[in-house]
Amino acid sequence: MSLWVDKFRPKTLDDLHYHQSLSIRLKSLAASADFPHMLFYGPSGAGKKTRISCTLRQLFGSGVEKLKIDQRVFISPSKRKLEINVVQSNFHIEITPSEAGNYDRVVIQDLLKEIAQTQQVDLNAKHRFKVVVINEADSLSRDAQAALRRTMEKYMSNMRIILCANSTSKLIAPIKSRCLLMRVAAPNPEEMQIVLEHVAKKLKFDLPEEASQQIAEDSGGNMRKALLVFEALKMQSPDLSGSLTIAKPDWEIYCHKVADLIVQEQSPARVLEVRAKLYELLAHCIPPTIILKTVAERVVERVDEAMKADVMHWAAFYETRMRLGNKKIYHLEAWVVKVMSLYKHFMYNFDMADFE
Amino acid sequence: MAFFQAKSTSATSKHSVDPAHQPWVEKYRPKTIDDVSAQEHTIAVLRKTLVSTNLPHMLFYGPPGTGKTSTILALARQLFGPDNFRNRVLELNASDERGISIVREKIKSFARQTPRAQAVASDGNVYPCPPYKIIILDEADSMTQDAQGALRRIMETYARITRFCLVCNYVTRIIEPLASRCSKFRFTPLDSTSTSSRLSHIASAEHIDVSPEVISTLIETSGGDLRRSITYLQSASRLSSSTNPPVPITPHDIQEIAGVVPTAVINDFAKTLGVSVVEDMDVDDLPTNWKLKGFNAVQKKVKGIMREGYSASQTLSQLHDTIILHPTLPARQKAKCALAFAEADKALCDGADEELWVLEVGLRIHKAVTTS
Repeated sequence: MSLWVDKFRPKTLDDLHYHQSLSIRLKSLAASADFPHMLFYGPSGAGKKTRISCTLRQLFGSGVEKLKIDQRVFISPSKRKLEINVVQSNFHIEITPSEAGNYDRVVIQDLLKEIAQTQQVDLNAKHRFKVVVINEADSLSRDAQAALRRTMEKYMSNMRIILCANSTSKLIAPIKSRCLLMRVAAPNPEEMQIVLEHVAKKLKFDLPEEASQQIAEDSGGNMRKALLVFEALKMQSPDLSGSLTIAKPDWEIYCHKVADLIVQEQSPARVLEVRAKLYELLAHCIPPTIILKTVAERVVERVDEAMKADVMHWAAFYETRMRLGNKKIYHLEAWVVKVMSLYKHFMYNFDMADFE
Repeated sequence: MAFFQAKSTSATSKHSVDPAHQPWVEKYRPKTIDDVSAQEHTIAVLRKTLVSTNLPHMLFYGPPGTGKTSTILALARQLFGPDNFRNRVLELNASDERGISIVREKIKSFARQTPRAQAVASDGNVYPCPPYKIIILDEADSMTQDAQGALRRIMETYARITRFCLVCNYVTRIIEPLASRCSKFRFTPLDSTSTSSRLSHIASAEHIDVSPEVISTLIETSGGDLRRSITYLQSASRLSSSTNPPVPITPHDIQEIAGVVPTAVINDFAKTLGVSVVEDMDVDDLPTNWKLKGFNAVQKKVKGIMREGYSASQTLSQLHDTIILHPTLPARQKAKCALAFAEADKALCDGADEELWVLEVGLRIHKAVTTS
């Protein structure tokens, strides 16, 4: 039995519940003979992938659903072997080049050229070109992006590229200017409720208004998360009535604990305690950026208005350093110490002012 | 127009692509150097080389979409004609492997070949076809230092029979010894008149209606990048022609395609930060509005923008324009804001978290504007 997220994933553009104007646009593009390169961007869980697969179906018919998974081996210039998983049908191929890390350029060069230079052999195919879907395009290295540039223009007759990214900031301008940009915004709570009700109807049970509202708000625009939470809740209490407590993930609770520790006391001993907790989080593979953001947001909730801006400033500052640096814990810790000292200073000055 | 005649003898027959499905950028790539928009100075120099048929090593640099690749391709085509083009020109770009080994083998072996005898032009035209070959290294700034170093000697040794043309965006990424061996040509961003004439030319050739407002929006969003504006125009015309009945292209469509954040969103954000926006001049009631919420208001707004999926760099650059061009904000505050923008841009380039930095910029502007 598959998860609801997969089970009720819309298959065609008509099934999509929100962003109708986008669906219409995609449909008309798929119908016209010249389909451009595309770049889908938007926050996670907004439905980028779903829209891509729907568009592919619209383009080529149900043939795109016959998928096979291949493992391809590429050889880097330094003779290292790279193994990349490739999902493909007769009409399209889906790759995540960031799997190859620094060598993503090799994957892009080899694979795209190979596809670009072979023509569609199936005479019944609706279109002459194949589609290459590149996931996580924003984590492509500069070299890989540069490698895409000419390929995108030169082999337009045999191939179209669909890029899927969270943000366009990390894509170089020449790539952006060669693509048709498709912004997929996160659904608003009402739209999410419609989707949740649709799922409930398909499964033939009633979804109370409050429950759907609560789920929609809690998930913060992430449809995937909303559906997962919905399924989990349904498992816990089959009737979905009364007061629901949406269980927060463990790591989030843990992050909040860390934030509370920082606000409660500022001392070297406390730093050590926080450090242990941060290590614990890192050991469980929680991305350091998410840790920092969650903790910072929680800290900000609990400190004085005048300090909030500073806390966020240092969070942004150390987050950047973390990207540049190597050892994540240093920067997390540095931020903790910084916030503690800020807090202490702030309290101290405040007290003094009070005495005078 | 000269352009049309050139097209009928088109040399693009190599790929059997239906021209209707070709990207317009390729379709309307200039066929002769006289077709190249703007860049008068460069073109004037190159035209002389056509007459004298002597060519120095060249280094073309300038922002994307200003016609660097088009110019060298057109020049090579005019020099050699379509028949000799294949064996006289080697074009390598970033999509080809260009490590040091390729420089040593492929480039060197091509450079040392004696140019073959001139084939008789099949289309009846006479081409100068000078006795050397051209190696075009497109996107040369993505070549490694080592690979560039390996080129140095090759360029000199085979200078008699091979000319190099390096094309890049950032001239600083080309090592000094290479740059000093070339005559440099700077390509400037296109001015709006040449962009608009080119765009209207394409529009009329493609039989689509574009209003002057659309053209001006295109120019505005592309910032002197002709390729970008042509791509946008094509996308917009695709969208408009695929609906039934075809609807005219509006400036709003162009903005949506270009990924520009709507002005209303930016203005709203600016207002939350305490910057009065030009449309409403009654600033009096604003301060009480934001002071009530302060930090939380900014945070909420940033979260909203991120949820809508707008890209951080685009949002920031538009916000930057709003603030720097603001009519009433004191210079001191603007300077503080500018500093925040600069730092954020650097951080985003380093791959930092978008939400955090938009928030950071928002807070700093908020602070700068409120504490004067």
